[in-house]
Amino acid sequence: MLTDDETRRIEEELRNYPERRAGCVEALKVIQQRRGWVADEHIADLAPMLGMTVHELDGVASFYPFIFRKPVGRHLIFVCEGLSCWVMGYEAVIEALTKRLGVSWGDTTKDGCFTLLPVSCMGECDRAPALKIDGDVYGDVSPETIETILERYT
Amino acid sequence: MGPISPALQKPLTGTMRSDGKPLTLKEYEETGGYEALRTALGSMTPKEVQEAVSAARLRGRGGAGFFTGLKWSFVPLGDKAPHPKFLVANSDEMEPGSFKDRLLIERNPHQLIEGIIISAYAIEADTAYIFLRWEYGRAGAHLTAALGEAYGAGYLGRAIAGSRFGLDIRLHTSAGRYICGEETALLNALEGKRPVPRTKPPFPQSCGLWGKPTVVNNAETLSNVPHIIRNGADWYKRLSLTGDGGTKIYAVSGRVKRPGSWELPLGTTIREIIEEHAGGMREGHAVRAVIPGGGSTEFVLPEHFDTPMAFDIMEKQVGSRLGTGTMIVLDDGTCPVGAVHNLERFFARESCGWCTPCRDGLPWLASLLGDIEEGRGRREDLDVLEEHTRLIKMRHTYCALAPGAIEPLQSALAFFKRDFERHIEEKACPYRLCRRST
Repeated sequence: MLTDDETRRIEEELRNYPERRAGCVEALKVIQQRRGWVADEHIADLAPMLGMTVHELDGVASFYPFIFRKPVGRHLIFVCEGLSCWVMGYEAVIEALTKRLGVSWGDTTKDGCFTLLPVSCMGECDRAPALKIDGDVYGDVSPETIETILERYT
Repeated sequence: MGPISPALQKPLTGTMRSDGKPLTLKEYEETGGYEALRTALGSMTPKEVQEAVSAARLRGRGGAGFFTGLKWSFVPLGDKAPHPKFLVANSDEMEPGSFKDRLLIERNPHQLIEGIIISAYAIEADTAYIFLRWEYGRAGAHLTAALGEAYGAGYLGRAIAGSRFGLDIRLHTSAGRYICGEETALLNALEGKRPVPRTKPPFPQSCGLWGKPTVVNNAETLSNVPHIIRNGADWYKRLSLTGDGGTKIYAVSGRVKRPGSWELPLGTTIREIIEEHAGGMREGHAVRAVIPGGGSTEFVLPEHFDTPMAFDIMEKQVGSRLGTGTMIVLDDGTCPVGAVHNLERFFARESCGWCTPCRDGLPWLASLLGDIEEGRGRREDLDVLEEHTRLIKMRHTYCALAPGAIEPLQSALAFFKRDFERHIEEKACPYRLCRRST
């Protein structure tokens, strides 16, 4: 069940769009902001509010990489896999990260602290290799600087 | 006509703050901001705005290079035109190597907003959307603040600046995926549908958002419009070294001394951009080739670096494209097979899955390139790669994603054939830095 607060916020967002379904991505984000991810039951609750079938809404939700359909950790690490980052040594960074966290793509650390996710290209090419934790962007990252960055989130 | 004063040589970026903070409304107005809006709405008809932009020879900065004035001219105007009409600022910048729109939005959000208002007036639009990619959080915050200021000052809403024209701008933040930058997929995204491309025709100018006339323009393109109205088409054309008007935000990433972006005359050569502005290659590295205009453009070799980075010339002289004008430098220590593998993985992942050549073809290419890179390639694989460069092309697909993915591949097969063969013969990557991709 969606909470009253979620329903109210979703209704506010929908006012920005001429059709209710057009606000579906914003509505999904409202749920995700509060719960970290969007479960099947929330898709089922939300779809009728938007005038969509459950499958239509899931078709949209599952299309976008930043709508999470599985639980995630407290902090999200997004590592850019774009060509500029690849040229500038992304592979060493990802090796160091997976070793330090003990997880691979899409997984969450055992303590629930970090989830490791790829970004196809982050648009930080002049500061490659780049990664982002929650909303914070880090450029010119190297295996040596990873520990200092991660410490801020533990 | 005399030379253009230095302050007017970099209209898009020349007034930006050096500390990276966005120009506030007050700061923007002090540098002449929103003057063009008053001129356009106060003393020009929509058709006259279109004609000024056409006369300036402004071409789209998102990659395709279509003439902006011409694009607008297909929108029905006047009393009998269907309403509501829409203008969309495409800020879903996700081409590998591109970060120019982010710079413009983060540091001069009012310039984009003014450009949107004038352009919306030119097509008599009722509502505008800014379609912003999810990753650009700072740009989103700056835009939200700037939109609030613009509404407060009467530049948005009803009866803008005392005119009879009204406009609302809504900021839509997306949730990832390259395909959303394709204009018809973007329209589906805004309607809350699964964002796959639409067939064209009908074109968005007659049948776009919710079936109504719609124009989609790139953020850099729109940012140019206020300057054209303020300083005139002749001035705008003189900024450029080519027959098309204006400056261009060029960018360089890779192993150069100063990766970054610069506003330069349209038609600046590849060599000048890399050597003078990006400071040349880092010590111990030599340039092997560049991807000149984002991930979906063909490699250019150093012997062609005196080519101007401009529309048409890049196609005619070196078989590549200006694209987004944002280059990725491939140095001599980096494996070209690995680089193309990286790009094809990107395009395969970002395929929306709507049509078969893209959905099935690109993952196959990425997989073959991965095999070759890791030393499991067979000679026949090269034939399959070659064959796909002929099969995956415009008119075989719904949109330009897969044909764009082929551009770096076919040029790599032509320029770096020996590298592909060595991977197969030696059953390993001959480059130290080319390691197995995760």
